[in-house]
Amino acid sequence: MIDITGGHNRWMILIALLFAMVLAVYPLPLDWRWWRPEFVLLVVIYWVFTLPDYTSLTLVWVLGLIQDLVEGTPLGQHALGMVIVAYICLQSYRRVSNYALWQQACWVFLLVGISQLTNNWVHSMAGGQVSGLQFLFPALTSALLWPVIHIGFGWLRHHYRIS
Amino acid sequence: MFFSVAAVGLILVSLYTDWLAPVRAQLGAVATPFYWITDLPARIGDWGEETFTSRDELREENEALKSELLILQRKLQQMAALAAENVRLRRLLGSSDMLQDNVLVAELVGVSPNPLSHSVVINKGRDDGVYEGQPVLDAFGLMGQVVEANPSSSRVLLITDASHALPVQVNRNGVRAVAEGTGQINRLRLRHVSNTTDIREGDLLVSSGLGDRFPVGYPVAKVQQVVRDPGQSFSTVVAQPMARLDRSRHLLLVFGQGMRPEELEQARQQEAQEPDLQEREALEPEDD
Repeated sequence: MIDITGGHNRWMILIALLFAMVLAVYPLPLDWRWWRPEFVLLVVIYWVFTLPDYTSLTLVWVLGLIQDLVEGTPLGQHALGMVIVAYICLQSYRRVSNYALWQQACWVFLLVGISQLTNNWVHSMAGGQVSGLQFLFPALTSALLWPVIHIGFGWLRHHYRIS
Repeated sequence: MFFSVAAVGLILVSLYTDWLAPVRAQLGAVATPFYWITDLPARIGDWGEETFTSRDELREENEALKSELLILQRKLQQMAALAAENVRLRRLLGSSDMLQDNVLVAELVGVSPNPLSHSVVINKGRDDGVYEGQPVLDAFGLMGQVVEANPSSSRVLLITDASHALPVQVNRNGVRAVAEGTGQINRLRLRHVSNTTDIREGDLLVSSGLGDRFPVGYPVAKVQQVVRDPGQSFSTVVAQPMARLDRSRHLLLVFGQGMRPEELEQARQQEAQEPDLQEREALEPEDD
């Protein structure tokens, strides 16, 4: 996603991604699994907003493929959603970075919702079971988590001067 | 744009062809460390429990296990006699003996993050001889089958997944049916059961062995509800899986059914040459 070879302390983004990936597969009871935020996508959204000039869509795509391998979904499912979301982020970061936190959270709801939509689409194409609007629950929890992500990563960025 | 087109292309290829299967088999190993990490808390908990149990608790557990062993041994005595009788009767009928299945114990290390797909990750993989399509059991019944075998872990699709179906028969009278998953962890549905079929609530469904995927005779589910609506062409039969799909931590991978043809032939020949040995083996309890 972000080219981590240059800059200062950018390898920490990689650590954050690995941590997010672990959270993404952490075992939860079946009913709670509906509410799991899309951790990996949230990390991607934050860093694409923060360092748009160093964003590489190729790496986002590869990251999506890795998530597919880890979660056992058809190859390309997360790659598709993630690339679309990262592209929208790249187009909109100038405007969104001026938004208030709650407005950003609404934007994140839309972004994660788009990725969930593509995920659901691929899942149903693979013959999986389709539910009503339950697939949007992660978008809701992701949006609620956004302030925490924003403040947490903001602190990390300033403290370790990640740039 | 290019990337989304590439992703869509990749999705279509991985959904409708199996060209990507070798790629997946090679790269699937990246998933293992993540599941290993998520399993750490449970592992530490187990370790702590084992290390810090008091002597009294251990003694109590030991006693409970001893009495359980006694009960099981009594059952086994009967089993041995029945197995021997079964072998003799089958020989009278001129049909081949049922081969005893070999099993491998595996531990569950992760569950699918997607609430709509029921699958789990276990800690045995291709290196231990696990292959795609291998049946998986727990202590109570059939759990599912391996859908992705990585070098040191594999993914198991549970029988309740909405995309899973398996051939079963009613243990009481041998009526055959197909049990399909509903996407709910405690429900299976029988497909195309006509209104006149003899099937009742409480019937045990066992695997029928048709379809050559699951071995014969393992308990699958118990019929929970039968609704016969004359207006419908088929009755609705709901069954509850016997296996504890959301609780079991130790699973059994079954070998034997999936024996390669030459191995099976070899086993048959050996059996024909040494009938006494075979009978004695049948009498002995299986040790793994």
